[in-house]
Amino acid sequence: MTKSFNPQSYEPGTHPDLPPPTITTGLIGWIKTNLFSTPLNTALTLISLWFLWQILPSSIHWLFTGAVWSAVDRKECWAMMDAPRDGACWAFIRGSLELFLYGWYPEPERWRVNLTFVLFGAAVFGALRENIPGKKYWLIFAAVFPFLAAWLLFGGFGLEPVPTGKLGGILLTLVVAVTGISFSLPLGIALALGRRSRLPVLRAICVIFIEFIRGVPLITLLFVASTMLTYFLPPGSSFDLLMRVLIMVTLFAAAYIAEVVRGGLQGLSSGQYEAADALGLTYWQSHRLIILPQALKISIPGIVNTFIGSYKDSVLVLIIGMMDILGLGRARLNDPDWLGLAPELYIFISLFFFVSCFAMARYSLSLEKKLETGHQT
Amino acid sequence: MNQDSKNASKNEDSIISIRGMHKWFGDFHVLKNINLEVGRGERIVICGPSGSGKSTLIRCINRLEEHQQGDIVVEGTELTEDLKNIDIIRSEVGMVFQQFNLFPHLTVLENVTLAPIWVRKLPRAEAEEQAMSYLERVKIPEQAGKYPGQLSGGQQQRVAIARSLCMNPRIMLFDEPTSALDPEMIKEVLDVMIELAESGMTMLVVTHEMGFATAVAHRVIFMDGGEIIEEQPPKAFFEDPQHDRTKLFLSQILHH
Repeated sequence: MTKSFNPQSYEPGTHPDLPPPTITTGLIGWIKTNLFSTPLNTALTLISLWFLWQILPSSIHWLFTGAVWSAVDRKECWAMMDAPRDGACWAFIRGSLELFLYGWYPEPERWRVNLTFVLFGAAVFGALRENIPGKKYWLIFAAVFPFLAAWLLFGGFGLEPVPTGKLGGILLTLVVAVTGISFSLPLGIALALGRRSRLPVLRAICVIFIEFIRGVPLITLLFVASTMLTYFLPPGSSFDLLMRVLIMVTLFAAAYIAEVVRGGLQGLSSGQYEAADALGLTYWQSHRLIILPQALKISIPGIVNTFIGSYKDSVLVLIIGMMDILGLGRARLNDPDWLGLAPELYIFISLFFFVSCFAMARYSLSLEKKLETGHQT
Repeated sequence: MNQDSKNASKNEDSIISIRGMHKWFGDFHVLKNINLEVGRGERIVICGPSGSGKSTLIRCINRLEEHQQGDIVVEGTELTEDLKNIDIIRSEVGMVFQQFNLFPHLTVLENVTLAPIWVRKLPRAEAEEQAMSYLERVKIPEQAGKYPGQLSGGQQQRVAIARSLCMNPRIMLFDEPTSALDPEMIKEVLDVMIELAESGMTMLVVTHEMGFATAVAHRVIFMDGGEIIEEQPPKAFFEDPQHDRTKLFLSQILHH
């Protein structure tokens, strides 16, 4: 028996609800329990504070207060500082921003890229936003968007054609990543269902496809796309390099999505299938209305994880000579005007990827919360 | 329940007819030579020790399980490989499960209207109107907007019953409908089932609720080891069981 610190006693059945002990709540309580609860914790807290004290001032000086924001080249940058390299030369990033954004896309046609970015924003907003009037039309728009974007970016049908080699920088990164993400989800779901099919041939095809793609590194697949595919295609047929890369990236992501979704499908109790069957729903009805909504909900963390992974993996296209944001940035480092400004470049690129990936991660968390209906399946 | 009505129901032609049916799970012979005729409006309670095949038997009737030998004819339609026949029979046969199996991502109203809208092609407004009348019948119309996870077990099972009834089935199968419920919730579900029985529904109920069997069943079937050991009207079944295994089973479930 522990000693009771509440001297009051109540008749059975009359005990009121009491507030929790105050020692664990409030700011002071939080600091006490989290930072200074034991001697070891106290020591770690103090060491961390000392460490921050050592690195923060110089970091802030280099990143912000001592940085130069506009200059024509690195020499001018350094001339404006107390000592060369004393601060960041953000003028490099500002001066290269247009190149980083559009690559070599022809100047007079850049309105098409801008329009694509705006429409992309609208498609993402409309597809993800709940309680939006005309949700159905937003979804149709989001589904049509990839094709609309392809037309806008590459031209044809009344627009000036732009060769795919002109794409570069953030534009190329987004084209590779968004294509991979938006086509791999439906393909991955189809593969997952195929892998659980009762038809042995269909099942075998899906298993072989998934295991083959998962068993080969993405870089190898990209080399296959850039060199080998031409041997397999009929002679004389030219199949655009970007198109081949997009297909490989999509297939690669789809194989991973398929396994994530299969995990979600296995997480459902067989009772859900039986209840749907017993009501007389067909295979497609029960999957569309009952099985997939629940399986995809379970799979959200894994799906978003795969999305983030394939988004970042899109930089691997630089290995086969495509100039995405990382490839283009590295090329820019060799520009005599900006020679040796690698830290600025990599900080910028890291920030670009971090912001977009963090947004995806936060969205997936909020989606999980929204779909929570208080039931564990 | 008067004796005349019990006899009358037996004289009508059968709505379910099972002849010489066998089923195996792999090498395990789970159902052996099952013969069963169920009359229109007849109510049958099936009991027996666990593993006796009673759940499997009623799951064969709507083809959640496949039988390997013998015939099952439901409402004149024979259960075969033919997917169309299976769909026809499933839309005429309602089923209530031990674990409720409500769809947790849909509200109660959406659970109940789903099959009428997609299988029966009913307009939404009409389906919702009908759904509300069935939810009133199982006495939970006020829960229509909630999700299943927010309801008690007894309420969930009543929603599950309403969901089946919305398809206007000719036959209702109950697979241990009260076994997963807390004791204080069993009665509210049994009350709904008794009311359903009084409306003349053909019912096959796997249960150990002997009070329910006595009150509404025309026949009680005792199964053991995959066979139908004994079938009797409830009074005779409980007071004068013929078979030793039945006596043993009854002594085990009634004396605790």
